[in-house]
Amino acid sequence: MGKCFKQFFNGLIKENPTFVLMLGMCPTLAVTSSASNGLGMGLTTTAVLALSNLFISLIRKIIPDKVRIPAFIVVVATFVTIVQMLLQAYLPSLNESLGLYIPLIVVNCIILGRAEAFAYTNGPVISLFDGLGMGLGFTLGLTSIGIVRELIGAGTFFGNQIMPDAYEPAAIFTLAPGAFFVLALLTALQNIFKAKSATNVPGAKVACGGNCAACMDGACVENREEIARINGIKEAEAVAAKAEAARKAAEAKKAAEAKKAEEEAEKQLDVKAETAEAAAEKFEAKAEAVDAAAEKFDKKAEAAETVAEKFESGEKKED
Amino acid sequence: MGKMYNVSASPHIRSGVTTSTIMRDVAIALMPACALGVYQFGLRALLILLVSTLTCAATEYIYLKLAKKQQGPYECSAIVTGMLIGMNMPPTVPLWIPVIGGVFAILVVKQVFGGLGQNFMNPALGARCFLFLCYAERMNTFQIPQKVGTAIINFGAASVDGISGATPLAAMKAGETVSLFDAFFGFTGGVIGETSAAMILLGAAYMVYRKVISLRIPVAYLLSFAVFLVLFGGKGFDPYYVACQLCTGGLMLGAFFMATDYVTSPITKNGQIVFGILLGILTGIFRIYGNNAEGVSYAIIIANLLVPLIEKVTMPRPFGKGGH
Repeated sequence: MGKCFKQFFNGLIKENPTFVLMLGMCPTLAVTSSASNGLGMGLTTTAVLALSNLFISLIRKIIPDKVRIPAFIVVVATFVTIVQMLLQAYLPSLNESLGLYIPLIVVNCIILGRAEAFAYTNGPVISLFDGLGMGLGFTLGLTSIGIVRELIGAGTFFGNQIMPDAYEPAAIFTLAPGAFFVLALLTALQNIFKAKSATNVPGAKVACGGNCAACMDGACVENREEIARINGIKEAEAVAAKAEAARKAAEAKKAAEAKKAEEEAEKQLDVKAETAEAAAEKFEAKAEAVDAAAEKFDKKAEAAETVAEKFESGEKKED
Repeated sequence: MGKMYNVSASPHIRSGVTTSTIMRDVAIALMPACALGVYQFGLRALLILLVSTLTCAATEYIYLKLAKKQQGPYECSAIVTGMLIGMNMPPTVPLWIPVIGGVFAILVVKQVFGGLGQNFMNPALGARCFLFLCYAERMNTFQIPQKVGTAIINFGAASVDGISGATPLAAMKAGETVSLFDAFFGFTGGVIGETSAAMILLGAAYMVYRKVISLRIPVAYLLSFAVFLVLFGGKGFDPYYVACQLCTGGLMLGAFFMATDYVTSPITKNGQIVFGILLGILTGIFRIYGNNAEGVSYAIIIANLLVPLIEKVTMPRPFGKGGH
């Protein structure tokens, strides 16, 4: 489930179809003259995208590879027709203001792109979430462009006057050129604030994240190389840091061991010294004993001498 | 043999001409038309000119500061852009309109694309078209100036004593005839700087004398426009009508001061003639078949976009190099 949510947010922010992938520019520029038009178009596309992703993913194993694009179109066209009928029935005013752009959802490159790049090779649940994320990302883009254009070009917010009466709307913003101005402005803001996106690779000075699977543009290849280079540098740095840490740890271990050995040696030395002292003490004691023995011996000798003297004197007396 | 020769490294031919001397010459050449505009429409016209010029200069300065771009020796291109924007304003506009125009011209049309020499479109014309699309009503309210000698000072409020009325171009579009004398000397309604063909020609003569512009683009432009008018104008060969068309609207100002912008016109000689003819045809199409009476600014902007192609086709081939 976590994987599904990741795919959902990937479409919503990181690979936002409007500001990052720059897909579906035709409706983006054409129908965003007001916030409610942008929102309506975005939600319509979301419904078609989520359902077509789900359905294409379900039948992906029975679609022959060679005719997959016509098969996708048939699926998408079915859902677009259903959605348009629903709009005609329940939201006729939105249907009228979007006009031709609803049937044109069939050839919207976000829908075909997600079918080809994602739903055709992934399971139905994650494809549904991918469709929802991409669709809501598209809705987010269209609505924000619509809000800015409507605010500057008509002074209103979802149809409600919010600018002061003194404000004179700059009508160009509700015309086609205004769409280009606002799209460029919002994309620039997204880049300035380094919003988390596929194109804002930290450290890499490229305008594209190299994530677009089907892009074979020359600049794209260069960008990919640049990103690979940056990632390579990062990896090398990480490896170097790891090696350094390992080396330090080994050093610390060695140092600790050496200290331990030293301590042990000291201990052993102490023990030896103690034994030596003890031996010395013993030796001294022995020496004392020897002395005492010698004294005894001396005494004995003296006694013997005295005995001898006595004996001599006795002899003399006998003489 | 006592004479010593100074031998130096190339370049041996030098010129004191710089971007800023050229721009100064253009600014001087714009003065007569500006002066007449101020004389006719009052001090309010002067105020509009000053506001647009100051806005352009300030915008450029602030942008370069904020973007930390190298500030070279100051070239007056922003001042020329500002003067041209002011000259393209009807004298009745509120002062915030030239401010928006100046900021748009310098920021969006010029600096975002890389500054002087990189813009693909004439900044002043870009701003004029932007303002016409934004504030169509305000930008299309013209007033008939007072006759010579009765110029009034209406400094504060817009169009106090002026009589609003159609420009001669709009009148001709509606099928009326206009006085060629008034159109040539500028006693007609219109934007501040375009009314007098005579004053613009005076400035153009100064620029040609100073060799700032060549006559290739303007002459090709005016001639091809005249030919187009004779062929498709619906009046046949009518010299008075053709002359009136040439002297009214923004044609003279556009032909001499905007189409000849170095940055947005071709550098090859043949390319300049192609550019001029293209301008003449486009202007003719817009004036005759378009909804609006005027079409000079759109014609120049569209031709600006085609300049890289024109240059590619007309670039002279160096001797000895193969074919295309």
